[in-house]
Amino acid sequence: MAASTTIAPLNARPSGRASAFLQRLRSGDDIAYVVTLTCALSILAVTALLVFELYRNSALPRHQFGWSFLVTSTWDPVAEQFGALPFIYGTVVTSALALLMAIPLGVGAAIFLAELAPAKLSNGLTFLIELLAAVPSVIFGLLGIFVLVPALIAVAPAIQAVLGWTPLFSGPFYGVSMFSAGVVLTVMIIPFIISISREVILAVPTEQREGALALGATKWETTWDVVIPFARKGIMGSIFLALARSLGETMAVTMVIGNEPAIHASLLAPGYSIAAIIANEFAEAPGELYRGALIELGLVLFGLTIVINGLARVLVLSTTKKGTS
Amino acid sequence: MLSLRRKAVNAVMLSLTAVCTFLAVGTLLFILGYLFLHGGTSLTTDFFTKLPAPVGEAGGGMANALLGSAKLLLLATSIGVPIGFLGGVYLAEFGGSSFSFFVRYTTDLLNGVPSIVIGIFAYTLIVLPQGHFSTLAGGLALGVMMIPIAIRSSEDFLRAVPVSLREGAMALGASKAKTIFTVVIPAAKAGLITGIMLNVARVAGETAPLIFTAFGNRFWSPGWGQPTASLPVMIYTYAISPYKDWKQQAWSAGFVLLMLVLTINVFARVILSKRGHAAR
Repeated sequence: MAASTTIAPLNARPSGRASAFLQRLRSGDDIAYVVTLTCALSILAVTALLVFELYRNSALPRHQFGWSFLVTSTWDPVAEQFGALPFIYGTVVTSALALLMAIPLGVGAAIFLAELAPAKLSNGLTFLIELLAAVPSVIFGLLGIFVLVPALIAVAPAIQAVLGWTPLFSGPFYGVSMFSAGVVLTVMIIPFIISISREVILAVPTEQREGALALGATKWETTWDVVIPFARKGIMGSIFLALARSLGETMAVTMVIGNEPAIHASLLAPGYSIAAIIANEFAEAPGELYRGALIELGLVLFGLTIVINGLARVLVLSTTKKGTS
Repeated sequence: MLSLRRKAVNAVMLSLTAVCTFLAVGTLLFILGYLFLHGGTSLTTDFFTKLPAPVGEAGGGMANALLGSAKLLLLATSIGVPIGFLGGVYLAEFGGSSFSFFVRYTTDLLNGVPSIVIGIFAYTLIVLPQGHFSTLAGGLALGVMMIPIAIRSSEDFLRAVPVSLREGAMALGASKAKTIFTVVIPAAKAGLITGIMLNVARVAGETAPLIFTAFGNRFWSPGWGQPTASLPVMIYTYAISPYKDWKQQAWSAGFVLLMLVLTINVFARVILSKRGHAAR
């Protein structure tokens, strides 16, 4: 920003004279301006086109089912009955589960990296955690199927012995389930919570810590009662960003959620998510209504993530004032 | 006076935060180790040179998927990087305040759109009118995903160039465009290139948007108009297949993909940290 304001006079508005115009054209300023502006505008165009295409191609099911699409739970391509509720349910439950596990772990790790670890160790560990964020989701799915699911089958009886009386952990367990998907999502979203939370915690002014410590607070009390409240909005932002990620996560979830379009109270039962059904059925969906219903699911997913992302950006923006990642 | 209880809480909570950190880092090390043991050790030269074997036969490789991924990434880069880069130049060098804010916000929102939705977008734009899956559609999907990251990273790196460099160039009589293209961009070159590398690494592992755009193919896919195999989709189909040999190959392919993505990441981040930029 500073750069463009200090040198603005050289890029003054056109004087109106033809010769001056040619002069500037020859120096390339206006060409560069128009070309780069076009590219910046194209991002708006692409986003608008994306919304338009999703909306236009889902017209058929929208007219046929209206809002009941969102609240009915029959998914029967043969009878051409489409209801999105089981998928919305699966998406929300798995993401909520992932947040439940990822928030304490992620914020805890962020506190360690920002407040306790020496700078060198902190940078090294953050580097590794950012690498974890770079692992492709299909790899998480691969490990989910072949490592996590067998491991969960092994420990499930123990969990059910203790918690089996609650509806959340009742019923038979086949390994693939909403719980497994939640665990995989946890691992996938933790790096986002850690790296953004660490940054906002580091941005808390040192005076805040010094003040608390001078009043006799312990290191933990300083962190928990002073630093974290100060960074609260930014941490919330990181959580929303992580939530948006997990709502839209496709491959890893598809591979472990069990792909059963039904609503079960038990977390140990198989389920289905919006992204998973699109991944599984879109390529082979015959008929305009069927395809339209899947595209409408895409539109629902798009809407969900846009709202949550928008909220997250505002929160992160308001604390770091630096913008978004 | 510090009570014993407060001391204990302090020690316990602080060690718990350390445990959280090492759990997260441990997961990465576990993933690396497990993939190396299961995929890396059974990697053969066939994997890189041969086509997939017919269903039911053992052996074969994924040469077509490797080439397919390379073509998809080439196409995606040539769509996403020029648009993103020039858009970033606009935001860093020309942008006013409110319009730039709007563009930046939209960019971040587009960046947050799930990749599978981008896949649907490419499907409606190319596969639906053409009536068949193609490399072109897959490349477009990945290309659209690259635009927002390319914009933000190039903007960041251009902004990191000191204002004094711009002023110096302009004081010598260079026009604004000349300043940008001969002084500012070369000064930010290393950052810009690593930004592109990280961007490529991110979409290289994308599976979801390719399933119904590039689809898959058990043979070579000449040109740009036919369905093509790609490494991530191959891992997915092989992992959920009932064949033992295919599952084994999924591990090998997973190892190759992970190594590719992590190597680019490590390489790029080392360059960045050497130059003193924030590694992101």
